[in-house]
Amino acid sequence: MSEIAPEAVAEQVTPSTPDATAEVGRARLRTEDARLITGRTTWTDNIQLPGLLHVAFLRSPISHARITRIDAEDARRRPGVIAVVTGADLAGEQGSLPCAWPVTEDMVLPDHPPVAVDEVRYVGEPVAAVVARDRYAAVDALEAIDIDYEPLPAVVDMERAIEEGTGLVHADKGTNTSYTWVFEAGEPDAAFRDAPVVIERRYVQQRLIPTAMEPRAVVCSAVGDEYTLWSATQIPHILRLMLATVTGIPEHRLRVIAPDVGGGFGSKLQVYGEEVVCLLLARRLGRPVKWTESRSEGNMAVHHGRDQIQRLSLAADRDGRIRGLKVDLLADMGAYLMLVTPGIPLLGAFMFNGIYKMDAYSFRCTGVFTNKTPTDAYRGAGRPEATFGIERMMDELAAELGLDPLEVRRRNWIAHEEFPYDTISGLTYDSGNYEAATEKAMRLFDYDKLRAEQADRRDRGDPVQLGIGVSTFTEMCGLAPSRVLGSLSYGAGGWEHASVRVLPSGKVEVVTGSSAHGQGHETAWAQIAADRLGVPFEDVRVLHGDTSVSPKGMDTYGSRSLAVGGVALYNACDKVVDKARRMAAHLLEADEGDLEFSGGSFSVKGVPGQARTLQEVALAAFAAHDLPEGFEPSLDSEATHDPENFSFPHGTHLCAVEVDTETGFVKIRSYVAVDDVGKVVNPLIVEGQVHGGLAQGIAQALYEEAVYDADGNLTTTTMADYLVPSAADLPTFTTDRTETPATTNPLGVKGVGEAGTIASTPAVVNAIVDALRPYGVDDVPMPCTPERVWRALRAAQSGQAPPGGSPEPGAGGGLGSAGGAA
Amino acid sequence: MIPAPFDYVRPSTLNDAVTALREADEEGKVLAGGQSLMPLLRLRLAYPEVLIDVSGLPELRGVRDDGDSIVVGAMATHYEVMRDPLVQAHAPLLAAATSTVADPAVRHRGTFGGSLAHADPAGDLPAVVLTMDGLFVTSAREIPARDFFADYLTSALEPDEILLGVRLPKTYTGWGFHYEKFHRTAQAWAVVGVACLVRRTDGEIAHARIGLTNMGSTPVRAYAVETAVADGPASREAFQSAARDAPDGTNPPSDLHGSAEYRRHLAQVLTARALATAAGV
Amino acid sequence: MPHVSVDVDGVRYEDEVEARLLLTHYLRDRLGKVGTPIGCDTSNCGACTVLMDGLSVKSCSVLAVQADGHEITTVEGLGDGQDLHPMQRAFHEEHALQCGYCTPGMIMAALDLLRDNADPSDEEIRAGLEGNLCRCTGYQNIVRAVRRAADGMRQAERPEEARS
Repeated sequence: MSEIAPEAVAEQVTPSTPDATAEVGRARLRTEDARLITGRTTWTDNIQLPGLLHVAFLRSPISHARITRIDAEDARRRPGVIAVVTGADLAGEQGSLPCAWPVTEDMVLPDHPPVAVDEVRYVGEPVAAVVARDRYAAVDALEAIDIDYEPLPAVVDMERAIEEGTGLVHADKGTNTSYTWVFEAGEPDAAFRDAPVVIERRYVQQRLIPTAMEPRAVVCSAVGDEYTLWSATQIPHILRLMLATVTGIPEHRLRVIAPDVGGGFGSKLQVYGEEVVCLLLARRLGRPVKWTESRSEGNMAVHHGRDQIQRLSLAADRDGRIRGLKVDLLADMGAYLMLVTPGIPLLGAFMFNGIYKMDAYSFRCTGVFTNKTPTDAYRGAGRPEATFGIERMMDELAAELGLDPLEVRRRNWIAHEEFPYDTISGLTYDSGNYEAATEKAMRLFDYDKLRAEQADRRDRGDPVQLGIGVSTFTEMCGLAPSRVLGSLSYGAGGWEHASVRVLPSGKVEVVTGSSAHGQGHETAWAQIAADRLGVPFEDVRVLHGDTSVSPKGMDTYGSRSLAVGGVALYNACDKVVDKARRMAAHLLEADEGDLEFSGGSFSVKGVPGQARTLQEVALAAFAAHDLPEGFEPSLDSEATHDPENFSFPHGTHLCAVEVDTETGFVKIRSYVAVDDVGKVVNPLIVEGQVHGGLAQGIAQALYEEAVYDADGNLTTTTMADYLVPSAADLPTFTTDRTETPATTNPLGVKGVGEAGTIASTPAVVNAIVDALRPYGVDDVPMPCTPERVWRALRAAQSGQAPPGGSPEPGAGGGLGSAGGAA
Repeated sequence: MIPAPFDYVRPSTLNDAVTALREADEEGKVLAGGQSLMPLLRLRLAYPEVLIDVSGLPELRGVRDDGDSIVVGAMATHYEVMRDPLVQAHAPLLAAATSTVADPAVRHRGTFGGSLAHADPAGDLPAVVLTMDGLFVTSAREIPARDFFADYLTSALEPDEILLGVRLPKTYTGWGFHYEKFHRTAQAWAVVGVACLVRRTDGEIAHARIGLTNMGSTPVRAYAVETAVADGPASREAFQSAARDAPDGTNPPSDLHGSAEYRRHLAQVLTARALATAAGV
Repeated sequence: MPHVSVDVDGVRYEDEVEARLLLTHYLRDRLGKVGTPIGCDTSNCGACTVLMDGLSVKSCSVLAVQADGHEITTVEGLGDGQDLHPMQRAFHEEHALQCGYCTPGMIMAALDLLRDNADPSDEEIRAGLEGNLCRCTGYQNIVRAVRRAADGMRQAERPEEARS
């Protein structure tokens, strides 16, 4: 199949070329880079304060146990140790870490003390903290703390966890089920009744460790009753409110600063126990404290991502038209519910239908407690899981019907003329053009040629087979309309704030509530403001990430910064212009209605030479000698934007893999991503986001997995075991765009932070399965390690189902295995 | 993570180094490049009381020609070994395998002797030295390669014995060679590796020597395959047939990166490939 | 405590250090050279890469005492923001960084790569950077940046050819 009606490829989807003077749309080099490439960066661990003490945490080595005795006296007596605190020492003040998303009224929400008091529930849970003169002394003292544990049954398997008679993660709750959340639309049973084709599959989203390159770090100072906390966080604003709530420190006495933050990917969208404890220790000791985690510590203690068992049923007609989809999920919460843990899988509830039309849909998700590190947001958060599910199922449907996978998609997707489209899950997709993105991707990929090569390799029985994987995805970005969040019982809104200050000199300060940690806001926001205000890019400075500087905000996650925060900035700029227009009219002795604003200058229509620049107006407002009646002497403005709808980026990703059928090794031969993220502020940044997203999605497909043994020990505690791909493991990507502007915001932007991650995982797995389908393989569990590919092949050839799960970790060669076994 | 405390000495004579080790009474550890040791120290998987830094000992440096063999010094870094003209001429298999060890920065610091003394069966060099019948020269004696690797992370070195270098015979000069390393990511340890040397005559394999990485608690020779290909045709079919015996006598581990069963399978596939590449077919 | 004499970015330092002090902590905590960050504890990530006598090393896997008598170059020794090293400039111009945490190590590893091979192919660049992990960029723009820097540095060394 290669023909898509050319008329479907509407001309307007070609990415727009901005005019030479416009900042928006321009591939501006980032202003952030100057400090990052020279090492003049303020990572949290770089911060030094007078009298700074260092904190280290002792963590549980057992997945589930009662703490029967803690003896910290030897540790307290060690040289240079200022304090050792246990959960019992902190019990009166440490509170319980917050979960802001009670997804059902009867959701089971256990207490979550930052430091365990009498029971530990996952390996890596803090049990004590040492404060010492330096980081070496702090770590040394950990070994002098003596703790007796009485082991309890470890709950490690989700499916067994919800059976009767299994041990309980939280005995007082009487169940390992946190919640069951359901959604239904249309008549699923009717759709499945007498359906000519029903496909049922079970897929596992393995557990992932987000692995931001910067490990977490916290610095906290207490001066009188004023507290300043620096943290490697994505969410200074939410963190401030939550820390105040947990500790009782009044919010207005607490300042939270996210300095330079080295990536997050959701892992720093959290209120961590270590942050609470550092605050409490600084308060207790009256001295500033610093804690910086090691990677092996972080692998256990940073929240994990994904971990979901999906049971999917798809009903279709023989022509490939989807009748209905049933989704039944088990989602691993880990041992506790953290900030948005229970809501993450539910973000997928609205995405399992993907870009397709169907008559009926049902979704059911059960949140399950296990004795593992809590899960929470990881790049994509719920949407990669859903996209994987539907895109794998579409390939299975194509195989069942003997159709090309793109053809079966074409028969089901929403046609470009059908937008806006109300989906079966109740969302309104405002814009998109799946035909155009697909057509472009196929051309760049040379789809027909690769299919021909595939056929040739099959004919020859080449031991290296070629597979082609398709992923035609959409996602919901711009989290989120507050009314929607409210209807989903989320604890807060989804607006974003921006303010714009026009200084007397005409220079501009933009304050944003988004909190960038690598995304390039300082550049992109300046582009938006420069355009709206007609000032030079260089005259705009963007401030963020400090609750004293930027008091209002909802921070950065869920590809929301541009679609929500960028629009807030856009609106704030317009308010500046409105104010300036009034002032300019006054200065020009003209009617406001007769003024034109262009290129940063107000001019009177039809009267050349009668003009005032924004800078002149700002200075006049500052001087305040001659103001319009009732005009406050400032152009400064602010705006809070609450989106009316999500935005829906989409795209077509095509992946070709070479699968060595003798070893099971998978090599990506080529990868084409055509994304439609709406209007683009900075194509350089957008491309970078796509590249990085692809790498992470591919890594889920091929390399990464947090592996626990039967006792609940994490065996992938180091980077030698948890395999993050390097440059040598990844291909060169071909990326391109189509452009259908979002209709729900004035910038026309949709968001791009997660698109690559969401789309790529199923593209890769579909490609692997496509390569092996002639051998009878219809699935390879992720990550598709060489051994799993080999086993899938062997099982298919012997007519047996391959065993799921991971090989039992055991002693082997190499550092990682030594570490894992210890 | 941060290592537990230890003392540190950097002796300038071999005698002083041995004395320091002896005085440490089994609690000493030789520090060469530290690229295997440092992660173990940082993860607190090792608690030596004293590190004896042997970087100051001239006996351990460089690569030298010694008649019918070359001697690769224990302190020769991977970077030096890969580029050394003597190694390239007489032990290109070693150069090839060394170039797959870890990554460039680690190869700058990591040493030939350190990798061998660490005796990690997942390390790439032990199988190579075993395959080449290297002779381990220590401060006290000479140890044939087959006796050097005692067990998982355990060499035959006594607590007060220092590896000075390895004598590699020039016997294999001109032989076809290949190191076939199979790993999940570029940085990852070998799931299985195959070190292979072949001598061809008239389209036949006269001799073959094969060593396997990570197929047991020590590197192992695939004797059965060596025998099976000897005096046989240099063809892929012949190699594949012979390589079926590659797992014979091995006891591979099961770990995160592969089960024992998979490793046995890989040993067969990779051995056939290594033979083919080494033989140039 | 052992005494060390180390030259870091052109400045000589004499210090008494604990034997176990990691070079990276010596740089960061004792010398205030915080431009070199730490990303792991198993020498996998390469964020802490510096040059030691011109060769790349992972400063988390070198003891400060092992640096005694040696020269260390960190990213801070390359350029000062006004006068960037061509590699730094190339990372900026090719958008080869996002969060920037891996960047100092990546730049140092890339310089080492070019020391060995002034005109590497994309594949050689990828292989040469296998010891440095980045979680943001997918590496594509890093590869471009290294190639761009390589071109620029070669031309700078051979101005006649560059003009012809």
